[in-house]
Amino acid sequence: MVAKENEQDVGIDKQFLAAPVKSAVDKFQLLPEFLKVRGLVKQHLDSFNYFVRTGMKNIVRANKEIRSTVDKNVYLRYKSVRIGEPSVVVNSVMDQLSPHRCRLSDITYAAPIYVDIEYVTESNGKKSTATKSDVIIGKMPIMLRSCCCLLYGKDEEELARLGECPLDPGGYFIVKGTEKVILIQEQLSKNRIIIDTDKKGCVQASVMSSTEARKSKTVIVMEKEKIYLSLNQFEKKVPIMAVMKAMGMESDQEVVQMLGRDPRYGALLLPSIEECASHHVYTQQEALEFLEGKVAKSRFYSASVEKEGRAMVILRDVFVANIPVRENNFRLKCMYVAVMLRRMMEAIINKDAMDDKDYVGNKRLELSGQLLSLLFEDLFKTLNEEAVKEVDAFLNKPSRSRFDFSTYITRGRITVGLERALSTGNWDVKRFRMNRKGMTQVVARLSFIGTLGMMTRIQPQFEKSRKVSGPRALQPSQWGMLCPCDTPEGEACGLVKNLALMTHVTTDQEEGPIISLCYCLGVEDLELLSGEELHAPNSYLIILNGLILGKHRRPKQFAQAMRKLRRAGKIGEFISIFVNEKQHCLYIASDGGRVCRPLVIADRGVSRIKEHHMKELKDGMRNFDSFLREGLIEYLDVNEENNALIALYEGEATIDTTHIEIEPFTILGVCAGLIPFPHHNQSPRNTYQCAMGKQAMGNIAYNQLCRMDTLIYLLVYPQRPLLTTRTIELVGYDKLGAGQNATVAVMSYSGYDIEDAIVMNKSSLDRGFGRCIVMKKLAAVHQKYANNTSDRIIRPQRDGRNAEKMQILDEDGLAAPGEIIRPQDVYIYKQSPIDTKNTISGTVPESFYKDSWQTYKGPEGETAVVDRVALSTDRNDNMSITFMIRHTRRPEVGDKFSSRHGQKGVCGTIVQQEDFPFSERGICPDLIMNPHGFPSRMTVGKMIELLGGKAGVSCGRFHYGSAFGEPSGHADKVEVISETLVKHGFSYTGKDFIYSGITGMPLQAYIFMGPIYYQKLKHMVLDKMHARGSGPKVMMTRQPTEGRSRNGGLRVGEMERDCLIAYGASMLIYERLMISSDPFEVQVCRKCGLLGYYNSKLKAAICSTCKDGEKISTLKLPYACKLLFQELQSMNIVPRLQLTEA
Amino acid sequence: MEKVSVWDLPDVPEGQLPSHIQLQRTRVHCNPDAPTHTENVQYSGAYSSVGVDNSLQLEQFRKNFRVEVIRLGKEDMEFDMIGVDPSLANAFRRILIAELPTMAIEKVLIANNTSVVQDEVLSHRLGLIPINADPRLFDYKSENDDPKENNTIVFKLHVRCERGGPRLTVKSDQLKWLPNGSEFSLETSAAKSTAKPKTYTTFHTSQETLHDFSKKPIAPCHPDIILSKLGPGQEIELEAHAVKGMGKTHAKWSPVATAWYRMLPEVVLLQQVEDERAEKLVKTCPVNVFDIEDVGKGKKRAIVARPRGCTLCRECIREDEFKQDVALRRVKDHFIFTIESTGALPPEVLFTEAVKILEDKCERVITELS
Repeated sequence: MVAKENEQDVGIDKQFLAAPVKSAVDKFQLLPEFLKVRGLVKQHLDSFNYFVRTGMKNIVRANKEIRSTVDKNVYLRYKSVRIGEPSVVVNSVMDQLSPHRCRLSDITYAAPIYVDIEYVTESNGKKSTATKSDVIIGKMPIMLRSCCCLLYGKDEEELARLGECPLDPGGYFIVKGTEKVILIQEQLSKNRIIIDTDKKGCVQASVMSSTEARKSKTVIVMEKEKIYLSLNQFEKKVPIMAVMKAMGMESDQEVVQMLGRDPRYGALLLPSIEECASHHVYTQQEALEFLEGKVAKSRFYSASVEKEGRAMVILRDVFVANIPVRENNFRLKCMYVAVMLRRMMEAIINKDAMDDKDYVGNKRLELSGQLLSLLFEDLFKTLNEEAVKEVDAFLNKPSRSRFDFSTYITRGRITVGLERALSTGNWDVKRFRMNRKGMTQVVARLSFIGTLGMMTRIQPQFEKSRKVSGPRALQPSQWGMLCPCDTPEGEACGLVKNLALMTHVTTDQEEGPIISLCYCLGVEDLELLSGEELHAPNSYLIILNGLILGKHRRPKQFAQAMRKLRRAGKIGEFISIFVNEKQHCLYIASDGGRVCRPLVIADRGVSRIKEHHMKELKDGMRNFDSFLREGLIEYLDVNEENNALIALYEGEATIDTTHIEIEPFTILGVCAGLIPFPHHNQSPRNTYQCAMGKQAMGNIAYNQLCRMDTLIYLLVYPQRPLLTTRTIELVGYDKLGAGQNATVAVMSYSGYDIEDAIVMNKSSLDRGFGRCIVMKKLAAVHQKYANNTSDRIIRPQRDGRNAEKMQILDEDGLAAPGEIIRPQDVYIYKQSPIDTKNTISGTVPESFYKDSWQTYKGPEGETAVVDRVALSTDRNDNMSITFMIRHTRRPEVGDKFSSRHGQKGVCGTIVQQEDFPFSERGICPDLIMNPHGFPSRMTVGKMIELLGGKAGVSCGRFHYGSAFGEPSGHADKVEVISETLVKHGFSYTGKDFIYSGITGMPLQAYIFMGPIYYQKLKHMVLDKMHARGSGPKVMMTRQPTEGRSRNGGLRVGEMERDCLIAYGASMLIYERLMISSDPFEVQVCRKCGLLGYYNSKLKAAICSTCKDGEKISTLKLPYACKLLFQELQSMNIVPRLQLTEA
Repeated sequence: MEKVSVWDLPDVPEGQLPSHIQLQRTRVHCNPDAPTHTENVQYSGAYSSVGVDNSLQLEQFRKNFRVEVIRLGKEDMEFDMIGVDPSLANAFRRILIAELPTMAIEKVLIANNTSVVQDEVLSHRLGLIPINADPRLFDYKSENDDPKENNTIVFKLHVRCERGGPRLTVKSDQLKWLPNGSEFSLETSAAKSTAKPKTYTTFHTSQETLHDFSKKPIAPCHPDIILSKLGPGQEIELEAHAVKGMGKTHAKWSPVATAWYRMLPEVVLLQQVEDERAEKLVKTCPVNVFDIEDVGKGKKRAIVARPRGCTLCRECIREDEFKQDVALRRVKDHFIFTIESTGALPPEVLFTEAVKILEDKCERVITELS
């Protein structure tokens, strides 16, 4: 009964299913709209688009003019920059590129970077300026589906024509034919004060400053009640009061005033003031001299710096670099330090004021756009520097002919640099002191969900080995932003996270307008405030992206006004306004990398979205953006969520409620969204499934049969899950499923089902259950050589010695598609020239070529078939031939299967259908699962899935099991499911009366039976089974090789050896460790105890040390032992053997 | 069960089982928690202590055994088999599923396949097509046998989707029977041009002349099984060789979609259920096993009207209310047998064939024993 029941259900229309309307306004429809506008990988695309549209232009504008240092009149000015269409130059003709072509022929999907320039040329000693437009300075790899991509805005049909899957999310790059994704990087916020404790338990305030010009880390730490500044540029910690004095804050009283009137703060600062006095630092001049002595030596400073004083320069440029200093006015910086000190002291007085590093609001996600812009900035600056250097060198030459500045900027540096970074994943940017590895990963194309999951993955900046629990624990602030389930097991557990379904990651927004708006709304400028006023009660500090703007006396009204403006669309929708009442601060954030999510706005607990809004949405008169524009919905980031009271459902809203969730299941990510009824499962089971869903075989993409990946796993008859969730429909898992609906009986059978093994029905397998296709890529290159010779592919030999090997070859010398390929079969009959260095003149003789055919080395007994043969040109202009080898497998004992609830198991045995139990209706299960899988795992969701699936096949409607979906109708209730079952004559428990197939009599229990969606995982016995009698040996030690791929031996390891010793099986040890491994006969001289040799001419053994053959014994040793002796001898250690008569 | 002293039990007439034991012997009790007394009492001396002979008597069996056909269609049938042991009924079921031979495509020679469906998958799909050919007219073909007219049926499939045309759906009716055997010539025999070129089969006569295949040509049972879909320019050309086989080797040779039985349901009202309770009882059953009978004076009584329809959802004994009133049982020697044929043979023929096979088996045992 494999697919029979299910095939009919596919035809059900979804509109009918979506019909039920809830009492409150059904806001679910917003979700597909959100995904339409934002998409699952929108964060990547937005970030890249921002970089291409804005970031890159800013970089070029900031470095727009380069001038020769020799002749100041020689210059080049960039007027504009833009990115063209993805293309490749073939035989000096520009050819448009499609992503699929890049994948197939191993090229980079990149578009030229065009600049318009104005520059100086010189011919015959006459200088003139010229302009040129559309100069290509390099090529930028293009993110798929971004605004520069060929696929941008294309509909399904156009995508199909380009060989692209419409369900593929994009968001990755194609570099040299491999798909690479830049993982989202998690970091601590830049330019924010973070209060925490160091290793010794001292309270410290740290700021990671990051501006275009400089990046630095400033730490102010309290040690033995005294406060110090720790900065890389100073050799050791310096007293903070000295720093304050050096910045012109000579009066201690003013410093204390700036901390606030409360005597407790003054008391905490007293020891520091005293220490400063003990160093006799009273004036700015003294302070600067004092600091000068502390500056780390061995640094190179330019003359201007020396004149000014290094300490001064450090304080101005490095110390909290994010606070600008204009005309050596340090007042702002002093204020900022005062705020830092104040926050530190608050934390000392009250431990609650400490910041939490794991709090999501203190984190920023770095996306591909930002990372690429760093790289591009570096490469662009380097390009310009090198251009200047070359121009200088050229201009210094006495005799020079024509000179054209524009020729110096068209080097491949940018192209190569970007490509290398993307393909290796190493971001090595010296300019920004950045050296990170593993930033990119190859897109896993094992399953569709795995690919999607990769785009939402967040990589941590911490090293994984740290054994701390804090960063790994689930943070309450993750709610709705990061998926609570989807994290790997093992060392990266809790560190690698995934975005939730509705999360959006912000991009940078301009600060200028916001600053002026703030001043308009009544913010008092910081520079006009006295120190006393800084921490005056009943007024709040206004802080924009870590920069203190000033104070406001009525922060609530100010926040309200700002939010109103945001909802009206006057300022960016992603700007967050957060009132921190504890710190008496109001934070405005417009920086990039914050996570935020949309919420419905409620006024006094009443949702702004009414029934008619949703109706208009349904009729297509609205979209998500119009909701946003009209202020019905807004984005909140993690910090602003603290100012909101969010009701889960409309009905739960109270008068204080400010926001209402759109749908509760959006707190889960893509991978966890596949699980039906995850809220009924034990939590770790959902985590396991998130990891396993990525290994499930199924459909990869619509273009799966056109892809030429190294390894593809496909299911022959994939199905759509009978029990779906809303997420499944949203991400398209119902179109690219990875599993089959199996009728499962939960019972014990045959004893081959212990330890989670499952018993499978042979007839089900006969009819195609779990059947999969494995495709592997083989490649060959038709190489061209330096001496104008090249490989040649020739007609196969039809008779003769090698004829049998060449059966599958076509007349063109390549294996024909559709042929069965066996191990040792030749799949390409290629010959290579003997000589590839020296030039050959005249016609080449036949003997000039030697055979260099390639043979298939697959496992014996696997009937693989040549699926496709593709010819393409690779980057070096050689013809590359790729073969896809296909193998269809039916499940066998030992193959791994799993349901969607973290319940994996191997196939324990395969049983004939007639031996299988059957129900009163003649239904015979496809597989039998042992009930012991349930009690300890507590996967109640799986049981409900079974019930729901059973009700689904009975009534012909797909049932739903979205997370937390029961109240909103996105998950069917068990009561309702049971009613449906009863209506169709089943027991409400889902348990059936079953007859044994062997005895024919009824079983003495009712059996829980129904369909469950089962995934076949990629781990198959055929790829893993291994045994060997005798086989290859390693050259050096003459011991058997290691590993399955080398047909290696099975090692008797230390523990096994210990067992045998303890047991006393000495002969067995002797056999395993020597006879079956590396026995070797040696001649030992009894006189010197060294190894001799056997001279076969003289038929006598001789000791080469004693030069005689009198006292020689023959001995059996492991060859490795003999090798050890020789190696010891080679380092002047003499191992001597002393023999005794046995 | 209530505890009753042994001495208070009613006397049992000699040569008969006590009623509750008799009930246990002949009925499966489908209790709310689990079925009990599912096993059959085989041992002839099981009840010798009460003087009852439990041995199987042929005469008795002959008298009791009955087969009643309930429904007989072209492809499925339902009949009652009364008076047999479950092991016997099961034997028929097992034979039907696994041991009745049919013809199914076993070998596919693919000359050209440019469709999206892979060769193996296409072959697998072809194999599962039920073929309307009486397997009794064919012999088994062993590994070394040549494919001949008496053991092989050859089909041809040649479909091509023209460029510029709409997409095609290849269905099973496009499989054309080749009564003269394969048309693909063996490459090795290309040299001999005089004789008829050697093909993959060695048919001596056309199959059309045999039996009455000319009147009823061999073809797939169902014309609308989708095999593949072709896009413009794609083509499938192949030859499929069907041979005789059994369901235990591969499910494609199974002559039935499925065959199963269920024991006759017996629903007993242990006590009178009257009026509102009766109506409630009728309502609880989703398959309408119960009905209401007027007993005059406006009084109503529940009766068991359609016990056969009981699917054992146990809805009536789910709540405590009717637990004491209703007993759900299965009759152990009454089997409602259903056969769903794939179409190669009509279901009644299948059953008689199954009986023959069981006969053969019995004979084999007897000869082995003697």
